[in-house]
Amino acid sequence: MSKTQVYEYSRTMPAVDQDDPVQGEPMMVNMGPQHPATHGVLRLVVRLDGETMDFIDPDVGFLHRGKEKTCETLGWHRFFPHTDRLDYVQPLLNNIAYALACEKLAGIAVPERGQVIRVLLMEISRIAAHLIYIGTTSIDLGAVTNFFYAFEQRELIYSILDAYTGHRMNNTYVRFGGVYADVEENVEVMLEKFLDDFPEKLQVLERLLTGNRIWYGRNRDVGVLSKEDAMAWSLTGPNLRGSGFDWDLRKQQPYCGYETYEFDVPVGTIGDCFDRYLVRMEEMRQSCRIAKQALDRLKKTRGAEVLAEDRRYVLPPKAEVHRSMEELIFQFKVVTDLRLPKGEAYHAVESSKGELGFYVCSDGTSNPLRCHIRAPGLMNVQGIPLLGKGRLLSDMVAIIGSLDFVMGEVDR
Amino acid sequence: MGSLTPVEGAGELGFLATRADFLINWGRKNSLWPMPLGLSCCGIELMAMIGPKFDLARFGAEAARFSPRQCDLLVVAGTLTWKMATAVRTIYDQMPDPKWVIAMGVCSSSGGMYDSYAVVQGVDSILPVDIYVPGCPPRPDAVIDAIIKLQQKIAREDPVGRILHGPPDTPDTGTGNVVFQPNQGVHKSVNDRHAHDPESHPSETTP
Amino acid sequence: MTTTQVRIVTALEGVAHQFVQPRDGMTTLEVARLDLHEVCKRLKERAGFETNTFVTAVDHYPATPRFEMSYQFLSYANNDRVRVHTRLSEEEPRVATITDLWPGTSFSERECYDMFGILFEGHPDLRRLLMPQEYEHFPLRKDFPHQGIEPDKLYRTWDKQRRKDWNAAT
Repeated sequence: MSKTQVYEYSRTMPAVDQDDPVQGEPMMVNMGPQHPATHGVLRLVVRLDGETMDFIDPDVGFLHRGKEKTCETLGWHRFFPHTDRLDYVQPLLNNIAYALACEKLAGIAVPERGQVIRVLLMEISRIAAHLIYIGTTSIDLGAVTNFFYAFEQRELIYSILDAYTGHRMNNTYVRFGGVYADVEENVEVMLEKFLDDFPEKLQVLERLLTGNRIWYGRNRDVGVLSKEDAMAWSLTGPNLRGSGFDWDLRKQQPYCGYETYEFDVPVGTIGDCFDRYLVRMEEMRQSCRIAKQALDRLKKTRGAEVLAEDRRYVLPPKAEVHRSMEELIFQFKVVTDLRLPKGEAYHAVESSKGELGFYVCSDGTSNPLRCHIRAPGLMNVQGIPLLGKGRLLSDMVAIIGSLDFVMGEVDR
Repeated sequence: MGSLTPVEGAGELGFLATRADFLINWGRKNSLWPMPLGLSCCGIELMAMIGPKFDLARFGAEAARFSPRQCDLLVVAGTLTWKMATAVRTIYDQMPDPKWVIAMGVCSSSGGMYDSYAVVQGVDSILPVDIYVPGCPPRPDAVIDAIIKLQQKIAREDPVGRILHGPPDTPDTGTGNVVFQPNQGVHKSVNDRHAHDPESHPSETTP
Repeated sequence: MTTTQVRIVTALEGVAHQFVQPRDGMTTLEVARLDLHEVCKRLKERAGFETNTFVTAVDHYPATPRFEMSYQFLSYANNDRVRVHTRLSEEEPRVATITDLWPGTSFSERECYDMFGILFEGHPDLRRLLMPQEYEHFPLRKDFPHQGIEPDKLYRTWDKQRRKDWNAAT
């Protein structure tokens, strides 16, 4: 069997005493890019001292698809499907984050119904993302039943999104200035049923874990992250909130009208894996609450616009395009030559993993100058060596699950 | 009960050989053990396929083992990058015969929407693929359709012939051609050079 | 001047800096390359920016100076953000690291090195992050083609060796 390429280990790896008979030969374990519990293609080079992890070096980049370069080549509008595939468990949230950054740059105002639909889609995506978290973390730690419970709920969300957007995941349903099309009545009915039943189903899922001695034993006091460490290492989202710091961009720097919704932000105490688990479970309930409020507003604003009427960035309605020469020209220009004004803008949203931001720079031409994706997952992966040092190898699985990153956005 | 085509080299055992073929193929196709190589978004749909709604266990393929030594069906679900390619080829080599490959999704079939510097334009550059499933991601129904087609393909195989004649001399290593799809001829600047077009970008080394 | 700007001006007393007005209204500074570490240190210690949001670069090829480093910080206590820009030339793509102030910038700086070739002086572990370690190019530079330059080169080298070993063994 031929060797793989020589890998240069991290220069920060502390040296071992070569003469010591026990410590002199450390064991390097490769939790390779293909591994059931690394939540995607993450490679961890772990140096073991017995069963204890001495040094951990995450090797990322196995899913690097060159998205930032792709944005420069494709153009602002054609980049939307690529944003879906960043954090692929919550595609619509990424779409909305990108749309918000570009709308900030261009100064496009989204109509109110469009904003309400965006909030609804974001919260549904957040529930879906946390369901993946609980499903995969449970199955990694041995609680197989929760995988099926979580995926059953996710299938219900998929059915709703399928009826609304036409696709189960990677929907790409957001455009500059709003969402592609309005929510129909049948989708509202499905949403209502889902949101009514969901807290009960979540209770069933949680009941298997929260009071469970094994779950407690594997997660309590494992991977303790202090507040100062979380700030120094740029960890955000449930990782920061689990450590006891109340910071949620939906409350602190609201967007899309979040300041008008009533919801609470769960905050942990110690900052271990168990706290992060509790934070995410409660966040799902709060998301359900926000989504219900958004759905009520949708019912009240039926018939309103969901897409802005800005002909510079938004496709005109097809009926107009077929009728009028001017609209045809607008259509042509938006499709082939969409330009955002010269300058730069940054907008961050609170995704299920943390602060997801897009830093867009334009030089006024139709080729974007730069689109940097501030992925929370990249920072969360940095937390693995921080939290795993000195712990047992089997705690690594709990830590990886609780930090909750998705390689699509880590590698971009 | 299977076709009655004559088996070469089996002599008078021709009839028995076709029955043995049928039995071996029946056993193999109804107990495929998938190796889920969930690389990106298609991995989530793969998990959904194993999940409760699109139960893959109906087809005997629920034993998704993560060790390649124990699997016979490699489902490449997601985008393959050149950094990951060595690992995937190693995994494929570690799988014992007989083995089949399903390229799930457009990223593994042909590079998908990623025509960039880091993405393998189709996993068939490095592995031989049996079934390609288009979609981004394909619905779990589509992947189940692929598995059914694979089962039909397995039913047409010739295991007794392989026992009698031995394995092929040169193992199949995929097309070996790294095929790049240019951006439909849109060359706006010198930055849009085509990677494998010798006129647009002369490279120093060739294999 | 906004409260954020007042706080920053007080913190950055003595260090040359210039405010610019970006389209998103965020407080943005332009500083010189050699002052960067001092500016970041003062922002952290005196202006209360506890965390770094991102570290990235923009390639302005063919304009010179070519690279523009962009740092963004967030202050939890004051709920505001600041962005710091500095320009680097192609001949001297070096800038001081800020991993001593915020350890969480380690991966971001490695990514800038990987994608642009910018060297961070004092970084404890400057290796490639996203591309394979033996990769020879810097992908996000504007003169690098989107489809790459011989993207399969490293794989082909490995594969040749693999086939040799396979045939030698069997």
